[in-house]
Amino acid sequence: MSISLLGQYVMNGAMLGMMYALVAVGFTLFFGVLDVIQFSHGDVVAAGAFAGLSSWVALTAAGVTSPAVLLLALVLSAALATALLGVLVARFIVLPMKGAPQLNVLLVTLMGGTVLREAIRLFYPGGSQPQRFPALLPASGWTFGAFHLRADNVILLVAGALLIAGTHLLITRTRLGLAIRAVAQDEETARTMGIDFRRVVLVTFALGSVLAAFAGVMDGLYYNEVFFGMGLLLGVIGFAAAILGGLGNLYGAIVGGFLFAALQTIGAVALPFASAYKDVFAFGVVILLMALRPTGLIGERTSERV
Amino acid sequence: MKPAALGASATVVLSLAVTAFAWFFLRVQSQGAIALLIALAVAAFVLVARAKPLRLDAAPERLTGGLAIAGVATLALLLREDDFSLLLVARVLIVIVACLGLNVQFGYAGVVNFAGASFFGIGGYTAAVLSRSTGMPHLLTLLCGGAAAALSGTVLLLPVLRTRGHYAALVTIAFALLFRTFLEVNDTLGGPQGLKIPELSIGPWHFNDPVAIGWFEGSFYLRYVLLALLLAVLFFALVQRLERSFIGIAFDAVRLDETAARSFGLDVARWKIAAFTLGNFITGVAGALSAFLIGFIAPNSYSFAESLILVSILLLGGIGNPWGLSLATAIVILLPEKLQVIQEYRFLLFAAMVIVILLFRPAGLIPRPLRRLAGSGARP
Repeated sequence: MSISLLGQYVMNGAMLGMMYALVAVGFTLFFGVLDVIQFSHGDVVAAGAFAGLSSWVALTAAGVTSPAVLLLALVLSAALATALLGVLVARFIVLPMKGAPQLNVLLVTLMGGTVLREAIRLFYPGGSQPQRFPALLPASGWTFGAFHLRADNVILLVAGALLIAGTHLLITRTRLGLAIRAVAQDEETARTMGIDFRRVVLVTFALGSVLAAFAGVMDGLYYNEVFFGMGLLLGVIGFAAAILGGLGNLYGAIVGGFLFAALQTIGAVALPFASAYKDVFAFGVVILLMALRPTGLIGERTSERV
Repeated sequence: MKPAALGASATVVLSLAVTAFAWFFLRVQSQGAIALLIALAVAAFVLVARAKPLRLDAAPERLTGGLAIAGVATLALLLREDDFSLLLVARVLIVIVACLGLNVQFGYAGVVNFAGASFFGIGGYTAAVLSRSTGMPHLLTLLCGGAAAALSGTVLLLPVLRTRGHYAALVTIAFALLFRTFLEVNDTLGGPQGLKIPELSIGPWHFNDPVAIGWFEGSFYLRYVLLALLLAVLFFALVQRLERSFIGIAFDAVRLDETAARSFGLDVARWKIAAFTLGNFITGVAGALSAFLIGFIAPNSYSFAESLILVSILLLGGIGNPWGLSLATAIVILLPEKLQVIQEYRFLLFAAMVIVILLFRPAGLIPRPLRRLAGSGARP
């Protein structure tokens, strides 16, 4: 394989990996504070992309042309919309189900996701068709021999990495992060220490959902297209990534995200079957890894209490 | 009157009412009338649920089962010329069978399976391939569909046994996505366009000829309804007997507390394997019959969303209760087909409905009754 083609594949894998990691970090944060899988997370990603898109439509209709302003407005409105959605999901769907069987929580959030997805399809103008997403990043790039490195990809990757690093700092270095970690470790003790449990949960859901918004916008900018059903697969892949890494572990989510992207890329190029089988391959490996490491690569340390 | 006699007569009245209601519901075309019928049903359900002294479960089980069979048979005869309604009845019966399989997994042994539609699809594709390329008797193809589903399930056994909770859910979800993608890209199985299936024929009966016995004439769907009813009754009885047997008790123990079950000497892995395999077999048989009924299969019918609908039916009805899941199946299949106004919004409304039920009535419409180990006489 030529070096330029290899470069393209690595770049593509890195982009996918960053998106998956952003989604997976959300899953892991939610699991940390509440021990639940928030399965509407994938559709929150899609909702973020569509919220950003509609702000772009509104602003261009109002005559704004500066790409920087448009991009800022797009990202901000996506983040705001998903933060709101995350809080709503936590407040009205997840928190009332506290103490219910795991299966019920899983199902209620899955159905919450279906509501979101269908709402986009039915109520966004032309929502049942894929929508064109504007290209707002500079189209220039650098050429190294035969390999062309696009500036917009680099910007997205760096921004994603900064966002994850920022989340990590927030969790490890701030009082809010301390509260989140305290709740994750032991809810009751955290409460007796004067931590407002509900508020920490709501803030965590807002935080994770903002990461999702960025993943959605990144997806839109990368493929120049968004689709009401894009959240389902992204959500499941993000969940798979979070689980592969080991739930509740921030590093695990990142490793899992990039690992899944690597599997897809390998499935697409390096194996002796048609590239259409890449998802079959990737999910097959996920199942195999789960059999070998039942609690993820960076395993949850659990001991059974009887 | 003794509670048993009272319960029995109440059951007779109820089954008559349900049959009559189902007939009206299937025949009525006007949207207003359908909305009225739905309102009526909701009111009636609330009343029956409140009227505890009726003691419906005090009626002997044979009577309840017999009445249910008679009710469906009467309904089919009443509808004899109405192709569409009969097709719906057959679909409801088939989905009931599929959910019975999932019920053994989720409801009894507590093994999660979010790939129900995939095993349903494995049954369907097996039946399609076998009936297209071999001369195997079709009744045997149905069984082969179930066997293929059970066999494919064994691939997942190791990861399912080693993982718990969310991790186990992921294994089956990954399988569901994998299966759907596989069908779409695999050309020998027809790719996204799917496969056509030859007419179902068992012995002298060709299922696509109109029914004519003496003066009686009816739609060819009557045969499918009959066969689906037969399978539903068979598996319903099997699942009920299973629950009551020592196997059911072992399943319950494994579901409720694995550690305790193990310390009482139960082989947890063995019971989980048994439940998973049996459940997939039942779901696979249902899938095979469904493929024959529709005459054509495509990957779209076996997506992850369909698996979710199957699980929702289970929860809606009351997990672990075969009667509950039968009621829930009828609601979930028939409602969007009959209420055209909501056709476009059906997934949205349906998802919202499940959320509301999980929030406010998490045990489902008809919760599973407590096991009566001491026999019926011990009830207060």
